Amino acid sequence: MADMTANPSVARKASLPRINSRLVVMTLYLVFLMLPIYWLLNMSLKTNSEILNSFTLWPQNLTFANYATILTDASWYMGYVNSMIYVVMNTVISVAVALPAAYAFSRYHFMGDKHLFFWLLTNRMAPPAVFALPFFQLYSSVGLFDTHIAVALAHCLFNVPLAVWILEGFMRGVPKEIDETAYIDGYSFGRFFVKIFMPLIASGIGVAAFFCFMFSWVELLLSRTLTSVDAKPIAATMTRTVGASGIDWGVLAAAGVLTIVPGALVIYFVRNYIAKGFALGRV
Amino acid sequence: MQEKTVNHKAWFLVLPVLALVAFSAVIPLMTVVNYSVQDSFGNNQFFWAGLEWFREMLSEERMWNALGRQMAFSAIILAIEVPLGIFVALNMPKSGFWASFCLVVMSLPLLVPWNVVGTIWQIFGRVDIGLLGYTLDALGVNYNYTQDFISAWATLIVMDVWHWTSLVALLAYAGLQSIPDAYYQAAKIDQASRWKVFRYIELPKMMGVLMIAILLRFMDSFMIYTEPFVVTGGGPGNATTFLSIDLVKMALGQFDLGPAAAFSIMYFLVILAISWVFYTVMTNLDKREGK
Amino acid sequence: MEWMAWTWPTAIFFMVIAGLLITFSILAIKFPETPRKGVLQIETTRGDRLFITLLGSAFINLAWLGIVGAHQPYAMLVCLAYAAAVFRWV
Repeated sequence: MADMTANPSVARKASLPRINSRLVVMTLYLVFLMLPIYWLLNMSLKTNSEILNSFTLWPQNLTFANYATILTDASWYMGYVNSMIYVVMNTVISVAVALPAAYAFSRYHFMGDKHLFFWLLTNRMAPPAVFALPFFQLYSSVGLFDTHIAVALAHCLFNVPLAVWILEGFMRGVPKEIDETAYIDGYSFGRFFVKIFMPLIASGIGVAAFFCFMFSWVELLLSRTLTSVDAKPIAATMTRTVGASGIDWGVLAAAGVLTIVPGALVIYFVRNYIAKGFALGRV
Repeated sequence: MQEKTVNHKAWFLVLPVLALVAFSAVIPLMTVVNYSVQDSFGNNQFFWAGLEWFREMLSEERMWNALGRQMAFSAIILAIEVPLGIFVALNMPKSGFWASFCLVVMSLPLLVPWNVVGTIWQIFGRVDIGLLGYTLDALGVNYNYTQDFISAWATLIVMDVWHWTSLVALLAYAGLQSIPDAYYQAAKIDQASRWKVFRYIELPKMMGVLMIAILLRFMDSFMIYTEPFVVTGGGPGNATTFLSIDLVKMALGQFDLGPAAAFSIMYFLVILAISWVFYTVMTNLDKREGK
Repeated sequence: MEWMAWTWPTAIFFMVIAGLLITFSILAIKFPETPRKGVLQIETTRGDRLFITLLGSAFINLAWLGIVGAHQPYAMLVCLAYAAAVFRWV
């Protein structure tokens, strides 16, 4: 807090030094954020001998061999495919069931609504570690162990509440008069919801889908516990490769870079909603 | 906020969510309760153990130590991330290209898979190949996160600050954006100091989002597993064995169903109590703003 | 269902909880809830008070187990007193 009072005040000083102090703070912070990622990228473009034998700030012998290894070896790239499959399944399921529920929460009072809403929140807050073991038993007993759908359903634990909260936040912003006018015009609920309401909150649906996608993509504990071979996610592939007969740092770094790519690609489109998404739709 | 109408039929719209979450939350929780009062010997044979596991876990050092470490970790990262996040938010550009640029770059760490966050810092902190470890080593600092208690903690804390401070900053920034210019102009006329502007205009407007940020950061740090697991694996010794790491070790490593289940229930109760307190405060804040 | 390792005591425990929820739902239909402010300075309805009671009881039982360590049924008496206090004053 002391730093903040030290900031030159708006009223007293000219605007030039103020801009500079802002610039310095932001530059320092952004450099702090980018440096570790840069280092990962740097390592992924080096050969292992360069990594281990000399300390270089940028690759001396630029190589794409590490990426080539991942993209040609099925045991590596199937990890990405598996992750993609269960993440997409989870996103579709989460958003599909959350849409009507969020509409109900945003428009109506009904018995126990507040308690239900709170209960959903507790699921977002529940530690996956608590659920890992019972999930393992549950999905083993119904024969879904090591399938994509098992991971997709397990991730619903925290993604469905998230989707409901985000969508509810967006739906609150749509005036109720629109619903009423549509009903007077003779629209049925289903037709109104699909034809009129969903286009109105299209950005909300996009943001909810993005966050479901992301939280399912970054999760490791449950996806690792529920899979062994056929549905093994890239995250688990990475941790298991570390440890086996020395560590192939270059390939590990390249695999890491490739997991950041999907998020980085779409981040520009959701930049204005990212706070809202992380805040469970409450901003 | 708009007035809502009372309509109990809305229950049908919530039904799919209810079914799905019941399947993925209620059934597992019931199972955990069942396991917690029984002893198991392989091939799913269970024997009644009563409250034995709870008694054992409550009297055992192990859980209390993990809880203590967990509390310390959460407290430290909150104490760093919240002020730092606010500070960064105050310094962010208000609009234009650079605002978008900052938003995008700051969001990047939030989208990195958690085990990759661990991998990044595992590499970054190594004295032989990592920039951070190499630099510290060259400066003569005794740094080794796999051997040294302080290095391990420092690495994990810096890693969490790197990973999540942007979340606090983004939320605080969103709160700041909602302050009308007129407020600042009024403050200018009153010749309010920078601190007064912060204390009486910016902070109250940010309160709502800050509560959410603190709730999320507290909860997520309270169940942190993947990142420290990848970096330190809970070591050196048990120095960074937090609640989730200990629980997974017990449940999936040693397959001690009973004690792990008892542990889970107590863990969950603590989470439930804290969630409830935050939720109550949040809804009360909402109401006051609505009035 | 076998993997869930049901036992009668836990089954009864969940039936009691479910019974309480159903009872309070019926009560909420018959006598609609009106929120009130209690000693905690927060608005609570009957359902909220039930939740506070249940959660508090869990912690009372754990504290009793950790500190006293015997005669667990007596902890239930404390819980009943606590429940009465919550429903009267919160």
